[in-house]
Amino acid sequence: MSTETDRSDPTDASEPAFGQVSRAKDVAFRWLTLAAALLGIVALAALLANVLVDALSLFDPEYGPWINWEFLTNPPSFSDPDDAGFFPAIVGSVALMLLIALITFPLGVGAAIYLEEYASDGPLTRFIQLNIANLAGVPSVVYGLLGLGLFVSLLNLGFGTLLVAGFTVSLLILPIVIISAQEAIRSVPDSQRQASYGMGATKWQTIRNVVLPRAMPGILTGTILALGRAIGETAPLIMIGAPTAVFGVPNSLFSKISAMPMQIFTWADLPEMEFQYGVVAAGVVTLLVILLSINSIAIVIRNRYQRRNGQ
Amino acid sequence: MSAPDFARDNVRSARGAAFKALFALCAFLSILTTVAIVVTLLYDAVDFFAVVSPVEFFTGTQWTPANEVYGVWPLISGTLIITFGSAAIALPIGLLTAIYLSEYASDRRRAYLKPALEVLAGVPTVVYGYFALVYVTPALDRIVPIGTFNALSASIMVGIMTIPMVSSISEDAMSAVPDSLRQASYGLGATKFTVSTSVVVPAALSGILSSYILALSRAIGETMIVAIAAGQTPRMADLTDPGGMFLESVQTMTAAMVQIGASDVIGESTEYKSLFAVGLTLFVITFAMNLISEWVSSRYREVYR
Repeated sequence: MSTETDRSDPTDASEPAFGQVSRAKDVAFRWLTLAAALLGIVALAALLANVLVDALSLFDPEYGPWINWEFLTNPPSFSDPDDAGFFPAIVGSVALMLLIALITFPLGVGAAIYLEEYASDGPLTRFIQLNIANLAGVPSVVYGLLGLGLFVSLLNLGFGTLLVAGFTVSLLILPIVIISAQEAIRSVPDSQRQASYGMGATKWQTIRNVVLPRAMPGILTGTILALGRAIGETAPLIMIGAPTAVFGVPNSLFSKISAMPMQIFTWADLPEMEFQYGVVAAGVVTLLVILLSINSIAIVIRNRYQRRNGQ
Repeated sequence: MSAPDFARDNVRSARGAAFKALFALCAFLSILTTVAIVVTLLYDAVDFFAVVSPVEFFTGTQWTPANEVYGVWPLISGTLIITFGSAAIALPIGLLTAIYLSEYASDRRRAYLKPALEVLAGVPTVVYGYFALVYVTPALDRIVPIGTFNALSASIMVGIMTIPMVSSISEDAMSAVPDSLRQASYGLGATKFTVSTSVVVPAALSGILSSYILALSRAIGETMIVAIAAGQTPRMADLTDPGGMFLESVQTMTAAMVQIGASDVIGESTEYKSLFAVGLTLFVITFAMNLISEWVSSRYREVYR
């Protein structure tokens, strides 16, 4: 058994001498919990290392790295793995993300302002709040059905178009955006609102000039993280009939679009080893790199804000 | 004050009221979304139940849309297998992780570990599905003979994905346990192990339970991992062979929806409408679980506010 003990632990001194057995149990339990905390992270790291090795084809140099300039700029292929590219899917994902940002940001911030600044603490507000929390837990595939039933069948906006995909995934991440924007608005100290009112400002002026500027970094962080979730969503796109292959880039809201996870899903179905271990791995690495960049932007915004607050 | 000032105040308050109405509309949109989900699901599900009797749907043990046989139990059975499998991973590991973060970890370690854990929930599920199919299944195959598509590797991945859900909500609940309870226990000579397991965990039980229900609900609704890695074989679980049922392909409710959604089935066919019947079933189950989780967790919040 390890002899490591936590020196900062105030219980060490007070532990009775007869606690030898329970001390061993204590140390064992400490290591058990640490192992549990690291297990998921280590497993994910191992899988990521695997996929990176396959995408770069480190142990099969004659196959060449699968992730290269051609892969990033070519249209997809389902017959020739060397020719398969990711470009329409990358552009589709970025276009989708911009559209989702345009929809969810005003709606999410508006709803958060209402709930935090205007709404009284009555049963109706609590109902809306509970409803938002529940919507955040509705499976994404159900949102896909909503998109299929509402936007495709009822409003006839077309199978797998950019507009339908944008609306559907927007509804999916809207609860997350609202909840994080609410937290950001709630963290603005009330004294600043009172100071603004004291100067004779109206409620709306206070919100616009005091609350929103103060909450904006938090709102942006939350929204960007939610957008990161949005570009990973696949199931809603399948349900609204996003095509399995798109060879060009979208040029209107009614263009049929693909997206990175959708392209990965269709490639992963192919039996050839070159696709399974090469092309799909390259797609996964590209998706994760873009996702990581988006999340780092959110972290940079949060850190800059925290530093400014600390001063 | 002069009259023009009053006029300007009026304009201001009118503008304020307009903004308030606009923001209220945004908030009510969430209720509209819920209504829209229920209405769209019901709209086609009602058509479906006009053709297939609800009794057959909710009691049938065969799911073969090609033969117009729609019994939902094989799909529920597959969903339950994945849910139990992932729960066996996420619930104990998530709880131990929460205990480590709340009771043992230094502030600095927690500052690194928490975001690292959150990455687990942020990885797109299509990527987890791919990992399960291409890396986990072949690795498992070296230990036990296992199908290309199987419930085990899908369960493992769903489990890993839901660990942060359990750990972060449970940790919040444990952090909310007043320190006086811990100090009282230490004062009686208890070790940290005893304090964690006999004081903190029982005191935070409602929060932990709430995180468990939420994680189960997430596992039930998980789609891409199971669609890619668990396969598309709707079958009833063979309860006499609890080990074997994880080694073979199953189909969950969500995977069945993806299969129909990805096929060319459209419009007026019964198979297309079955999508909405399965979706409605899934929605009702997960919505009920989310409500229960919310209700359970609101209990501990009241106690230790």
